[in-house]
This record gives sequence, C-alpha cells and structure tokens, in this order.
Amino acid sequence: MISVNVQKQLGDFRLDVEFDAPRGVTAIFGRSGSGKTTLINAIAGLVTPDSGRISLSDRVLFDSSRSLPPRSRKLGLVFQDARLFPHLTVARNLTFGGRHDHDRIVDLLGLGPLLARKLADLSGGEKQRVALGRALMSNPDMLLLDEPLAALDAPRKAEILPYLEQLRDDFGMPVIYVSHAMSEVARLANYLVVLDAGKVVRAGPLAQVLSHPASVPLLGVRDAGAVITATVAGYDADDYLTRLTFDGGQISLPGHVGRVGQWVRVRIPAQDVILASQIPAQISARNILPVTITAIEDGRGPGVAIGLMAGQTPLLARITKASMRDMKLAVGAEIFAIIKATAVAPEDVGR
Amino acid sequence: MIWAPVILSLQVSALATICALPIAIWVAFILARKRFWGHGLLNGLVHLPLVLPPVVTGYLLLVVFGRQGAVGSLLYDLLGITLAFRWTGAALAAGIMGFPLMVRAIRLGFEAVDTGLEDAARTLGATNTGVFMRVTLPLIAPAIIAGAVLGFAKALGEFGATITFVAAIPGQTETIPSAIYAALQVPGQEGAVVWLVAVSIVLAMGALIASEWLARRMVTR
Repeated sequence: MISVNVQKQLGDFRLDVEFDAPRGVTAIFGRSGSGKTTLINAIAGLVTPDSGRISLSDRVLFDSSRSLPPRSRKLGLVFQDARLFPHLTVARNLTFGGRHDHDRIVDLLGLGPLLARKLADLSGGEKQRVALGRALMSNPDMLLLDEPLAALDAPRKAEILPYLEQLRDDFGMPVIYVSHAMSEVARLANYLVVLDAGKVVRAGPLAQVLSHPASVPLLGVRDAGAVITATVAGYDADDYLTRLTFDGGQISLPGHVGRVGQWVRVRIPAQDVILASQIPAQISARNILPVTITAIEDGRGPGVAIGLMAGQTPLLARITKASMRDMKLAVGAEIFAIIKATAVAPEDVGR
Repeated sequence: MIWAPVILSLQVSALATICALPIAIWVAFILARKRFWGHGLLNGLVHLPLVLPPVVTGYLLLVVFGRQGAVGSLLYDLLGITLAFRWTGAALAAGIMGFPLMVRAIRLGFEAVDTGLEDAARTLGATNTGVFMRVTLPLIAPAIIAGAVLGFAKALGEFGATITFVAAIPGQTETIPSAIYAALQVPGQEGAVVWLVAVSIVLAMGALIASEWLARRMVTR
C-alpha cells in the first residue's frame, strides 16, 4: 500500500527509515524523539527528505526527481493539537478541504451537534473529532494520524477510540497511526513499525512483532505483550465476567467486553503472565492455558522474555532469570501460562 | 467653521492608507517570512522615514517625484501626473511617513501566526495563495487593522514632509496641521486654531475606537 524510504539529517539527528506497509492500519511506534513526527511530516510533504522514495499504491509522492506539494498528495493529516482554524466556524473548518461524503462523515463522527457550536467551546476530544472529519472530507487516499490522542485525558481517549475503530472497519480507510501509547496501537493497528533513534528496529504484522521475545527490549518492559484475537462466548452476569474463546483455549475478562459472537482483540502484557510447570491446585487466577515454549530471549537485566504458543496463537511472558533457572525452562517444554483476569486493562480490549 | 483643511486631510489620509496598506502587507510578509540577501537593507529602507527628519524626507520626495525628478518627470511624460504641490502629493508624503508604522504592526502579526495552521491548510489541498488568503490573512486581520489605524493617524498629523513636498496652498494642499500652523502665525485666528485642534482630537479618537471595535469583533467571532 505505502512504501517509504526516507533519509533526512536534522542537526545531530538522522532519520533513516525504510518500510513497506500493507493496506489497513499501520502503527508507527516509538518513544518521543525517535523521529515519528519528522517521518509523518515527510510523508505528508511538510518536510522534504534529503533522499529516498515515497509511494502510495502506484502513485510516487517523492523521489530524487520530484516532490509533490502537500496539496497534491491526497493524504489527510490529523495533528496532535487538532489545528482547527480559529477564524472559522466548526462547519467551515470541516469543509475547508472539500465536502466529500459530508453527511456520512458527520454521522460517523457524531459531529451533528457540534456544527452550531463555537470553536472555543469544544472539548479537546470534540476538536480532534472535527479535525478528523475535516481530513476525511478532503477525500484523502490515506489518513495520517500523528498522536491524535496524546493530548487527551483517558476518558476523552476512550471516547474517540471507537470512532477510529469504526473508521478502520466501516470505511476501510488506510491509516498510518503514529503513537507512543501501546494500548492504542494494539487496538487499532494490523501492522507495526517500531522506530528508535531515527531507525526502524522492527517491522511486521502487529501480532507477530508484539509476541516476539526479541521485541521486549525494543518496546520496553511495560509495553511488551502479545495481542490475541478471540470471540466472545458468553457473559456470566453473576460474576461480571466475559468468557472469550480462541484457538489456544478460553479466558475470562472482567466486565462486559462485547456481544456474543463478536471478535475482540485483547492485549496481554508480558509482565502479567505467570508460568507454571503444572496446573496449580488452587489459585485465584481464572485463566490457565496450556502452552509450548517457542523461544527464550535473555535480556541484560534480571528479566527474560519467553515466547509461547497457545494453539496457533503466540503469547509472550516476562519472568526473572532466577525463575527460569529454577523451573528448568527450555524451548519445546510444555507448561501452563496463567493470566490474571483483572490484569487486562479495559483500554487493552478493542474490536 | 473651516471645513476645507478637514476634508482635505481626510481625503489625503484615506488615499495614503488605502494605497500604502497592500504594499505594507506585502513588505511585512517578505520581512517576516523570507530570508534573502539584502533583508537588512530593505528593513532599513522601510524604517528610514521613521528616523529621518520629516523635512529631509519631504526634500527627497521633491528631488525624486518633483516635475524635474527622476520618477516625477517620467510620471508626467507618460501619464500626465503631477505630484508636487498637489493633494495627491500630500497623500504620497503621508503614505510614506506612515509606511514604517504599518509594516511594523503587520509584521508582528505575521510573526505571531501559528505556521502549523498553514501546514494544516496545505495538507487539506490549499495552494500557497489559498493558504495566504484563507488562513494567514484572516488570522492577522487585527494586526492589519492596527497598522491601518496607525498609518491613518500618522497621515492625519503629518506636517514636515508634506509642507516641504507640496507646500500649504489653501484649498489644495493645506491639511489640518498646516492650517493650524498658518493660523498661529496670524493674530486673531485663535478660534480657528481651537476648532482645528478639536477636530484633530475627535478624528484621532474616532479612528482608535473604530479599530478597537473592529478588532474585538474579529476575536469574538
């Protein structure tokens, strides 16, 4: 879908990035200062690379002989700070770049009640929705979202994420999503590019990258963790638990996660997975899955990342080196992964 | 009541402001946004009328735009236009004297514009001209109003350059300041002086209030 090869020197910082992303939502994940925003600006045409090539489908946006101006790239860019025009009304902001699919977009993003409001009276989340609508109405071939939720508090984030999921599923809009928040990335993306100090350190399908033990040091201990796709099997009203099934077994999550039969994505942080060589007799954790060890990645610190396979679904656990030694864990060993139901945060469950 | 100098002053100041404003916007844009060889020189040239004695500016205008001047003779031969000792010449003098004030105010406006908004407009398909007309210009409207009011007020009060370039011919080039000065030279004209001074104050206050009102309307929209 989009093919990016960009080199750019900015003072001491050098951006040197190359990746090919398929259709769908591609997340560019990295800490602040890793070059994410420079990269997205280069794709949008606001920054001119020193060298490289950028193409979208079969359209060349940039190469050594030409650089399309931003207006001709047909990319809808949404900034972290919304950047609505303060001298225009909400309605005029929306149609600044065109009125493509106006009514449908107003419906999808719930913008109807905002049209008559003053810009100054909009909340951060509402501003971001208007910015999203404005980008969509310019009829782009692809959306570029540069940390669109970073400036919002948790409730506002939770308010916008479903809109983004809907955009992905109902509009089929190709998206590049820049973020340093793993829970957003895990919910939205199907392809992941990890950036560090201006370079791509890992790129591939989201589930693969996230469940690879070698990704743990790249993503950070807190952000590492596999994403599984499961179906809602039922809801136990008495226990307030939702049962999910996937090919590796069954897990329960707190609260009402979705309708029966619905697909959900669940991110299971590596540090919340406990390993046992036998099924524990009595344990408070609800979710015990039989797994096979596929890889062991020794870190520099006290921890070690263990790649697991539950059925056909990869999982990731992070335990101490000491535990690994005591349990005599090795690749191929058949053990049990224990996941505490309440360890999965609500923002880590999406569709 | 003496109305001739008042009407003439308003005419001169209006023409000066209307003609100088687009040029001031353009020069302010260049000074604020472009980096080029001669940037400092252009900046100095724009500010010259502010620091030069007005009489010197008037004399230079006479040299350049007089009937025998380089530009003045050309204007007369090609278009039949004479500026020296005409009310249009007074407007030229007033416009040039007010120009630096306009440029300074408008340049501050350009420098305060969030270029991120212009980037956003660019990604939404706007051409460079489109960005300027639909985003930049509306955003700096308060600065343009401020510059226009400063320029207008300066034009109303301009004396030195005007009297040097176009003299003070009653009914033709005698603006309010010239008329006040002339009246002060003749005993028994105190009434005229008081009247013209009062008119000056009213005009200045009126311009100020109008600009405040306009700027406030822009902000609250």
